[in-house]
Amino acid sequence: MSEVLVVVDHADGEVKKPTYELLTIAKRLGEPAAVFFGSPEQGDAVAEKVKKYGAAKVYVIDDAQIKGFLVAPKAEALQQLVEKTSPAAILLPSTFENKEVAARLAIKIGSGLITDAVDVQEGGVTTQSVFAGNFTVQAKVTQGTPIITVKPNSAAPEESEGAGTVEAFAATISDGAKTAQIVATQPRQSTGRPELTEAAIVVSGGRGTGGNFEPVEGFADSLGAAVGASRAAVDSGWMPHAFQVGQTGKTVSPQLYVANGISGAIQHRAGMQTSKTIVAVNKDPEAPIFELVDFGVVGDLHTVLPAATEKVKERKG
Amino acid sequence: MNIVVCVKHVPDATADRKFEDDFTVDRVGVDGLLSELDEYAVEQALQFREKREGEEITVTALTVGPEKAADAVRKALQMGADSGVHVVDDAIAGSDYIATSLVLAKAVEKIKADAGADLVICGMASTDASGSVVPAMLAERLGLPQVTLASVIESQGDQIRIKRDNEGSTEVIGATLPIVLSVTDQSGEARYPSFKGIMAAKKKPLETWSLSDLGVDAGEVGLSVAWSQVEDTTERPPRTAGEIVTDEDGSGAGALVDFLASKKFI
Ligand SMILES: Cc1cc2nc3c(=O)[nH]c(=O)nc-3n(C[C@H](O)[C@H](O)[C@H](O)COP(=O)(O)OP(=O)(O)OC[C@H]3O[C@@H](n4cnc5c(N)ncnc54)[C@H](O)[C@@H]3O)c2cc1C
Ligand SMILES: Nc1ncnc2c1ncn2[C@@H]1O[C@H](COP(=O)(O)O)[C@@H](O)[C@H]1O
Repeated sequence: MSEVLVVVDHADGEVKKPTYELLTIAKRLGEPAAVFFGSPEQGDAVAEKVKKYGAAKVYVIDDAQIKGFLVAPKAEALQQLVEKTSPAAILLPSTFENKEVAARLAIKIGSGLITDAVDVQEGGVTTQSVFAGNFTVQAKVTQGTPIITVKPNSAAPEESEGAGTVEAFAATISDGAKTAQIVATQPRQSTGRPELTEAAIVVSGGRGTGGNFEPVEGFADSLGAAVGASRAAVDSGWMPHAFQVGQTGKTVSPQLYVANGISGAIQHRAGMQTSKTIVAVNKDPEAPIFELVDFGVVGDLHTVLPAATEKVKERKG
Repeated sequence: MNIVVCVKHVPDATADRKFEDDFTVDRVGVDGLLSELDEYAVEQALQFREKREGEEITVTALTVGPEKAADAVRKALQMGADSGVHVVDDAIAGSDYIATSLVLAKAVEKIKADAGADLVICGMASTDASGSVVPAMLAERLGLPQVTLASVIESQGDQIRIKRDNEGSTEVIGATLPIVLSVTDQSGEARYPSFKGIMAAKKKPLETWSLSDLGVDAGEVGLSVAWSQVEDTTERPPRTAGEIVTDEDGSGAGALVDFLASKKFI
């Protein structure tokens, strides 16, 4: 059975959930092999994690020569790994960075690319959600080694024991790839809340908060949810851009999305329309967001949310 | 120095966008316009020119697309670009990212040969395909550094520094021209064309190139040779109307929490 390369999504060696989702998907296409860009010291710990989800091999690519630069070195390394392993497919978590890695790799190895898949079936048929979630598209790579970037929450991770054999892969990075340099990095402060794109519940606020996000955050915390924002809230400086949901922010697809004081513009919908259950609180009964909801409250978020937060806490005891 | 801005003509996102029978995007039945996200790219090109007064800097707007795509270039000219290039050829219809980036790269090379191309600026994504991959593909094909998703752009001589939001951090990226740059909608609102700009645009050069002008073989592009193929498209069924309650004397919170509990979210 051919290998399916899965690029590991991690923060400094901490494996993130989309990795397990991709390994689960990879089993439908062949034998999962994880690809870890990081320090060799972290490789063993990562292997212990990913083998539980079926990784037969774990290629560890030392990122000492890679991490200081944008994208191009990773694409080079993957090209070399593809030449060595002739995989059946390459799956990457759909982040902006990985989409660009995939883009360069596609040109390098002469392969078709599909971005932002929300599902991949046996035979490599992908599902994408397009036009702000109004259409789904089935597609397939027909040339070369399929390269597919996959959105978070596209599969429920399934455990299955793989060998997890660690293999160091020495990539040669050309000087030409080391041209866009990361001069400085400032990690964002953790909010202690779940990550927006991975969370099962997202509670968002828009212009209707009037700049006071406390009711939104309080309700989110009572439900163990991530906090999101509309662009209007971000543009007003009430929330950092990293929290923006929508076309030019994050796409989320949680079990539950609660939109508060958000009108439901097409660009916002683009980032949340595929959520399983949608709830809105808005004082305007005509707000377009109500066309999407499973449940809606016409009311002022500043009174509804604090009261609802109390009630959730009561129920949870 | 010449700046090339890549602008895409896209179906209006607020209209009912559709697919053709061959699963390509309907670019005729739906009104099109310059992709809003590419307006930010045009804006940054113009600001680059304005900030570096005294230098000889020109801005060329480039699009690849059907007849009507010339409108995207015209809008860029109205905003203030100096010249435009429209690559149009029946063979291009239905091209994927791979072929689109090939045609764009060949066009940039031709512009470069004529006028130079020290800086190629793209939007962060097209509002129809939303791949955010064409800038990286262009960089790969042109053998240039890519500096993408910029929210703040600074330059001095041939040095470029940008600030951008990454997954868990904010980054500063540095590179030396020539580069491919992409900019986000955080980079600053795009200007509206002024009346004067609209009048002036009519006199600006807008060239139309075909594949043969670029030395691209028609067999390398288009739907039939795309490296990925769409097999089917399905319109999302409208969401079934949900329950909507009006909050009266605090009833809304109770109803909301009952709903969440009934769905096992609590
Ligand atoms: C190229 C482009 C990209 C974009 N990308 C994004 C994106 O990624 N994400 C995004 O969100 N937007 C995006 N937008 C912007 C989008 O078009 C809307 O402008 C934006 O989503 C509006 O945010 P909002 O719903 O918070 O504000 P508004 O549209 O002003 O709506 C505020 C809502 O709050 C309600 N309200 C007011 N007070 C209260 C109260 N006390 N209690 C309850 N409800 C109240 C109002 O009835 C109203 O419905 C983009 C636009 C463009 C052109
Ligand atoms: N057909 C095209 N013509 C000109 N520029 C394009 C075209 N397609 C994509 N681009 C550029 O590439 C960027 C990203 O597009 P995409 O990868 O399709 O999301 C856009 O914002 C444009 O700047």
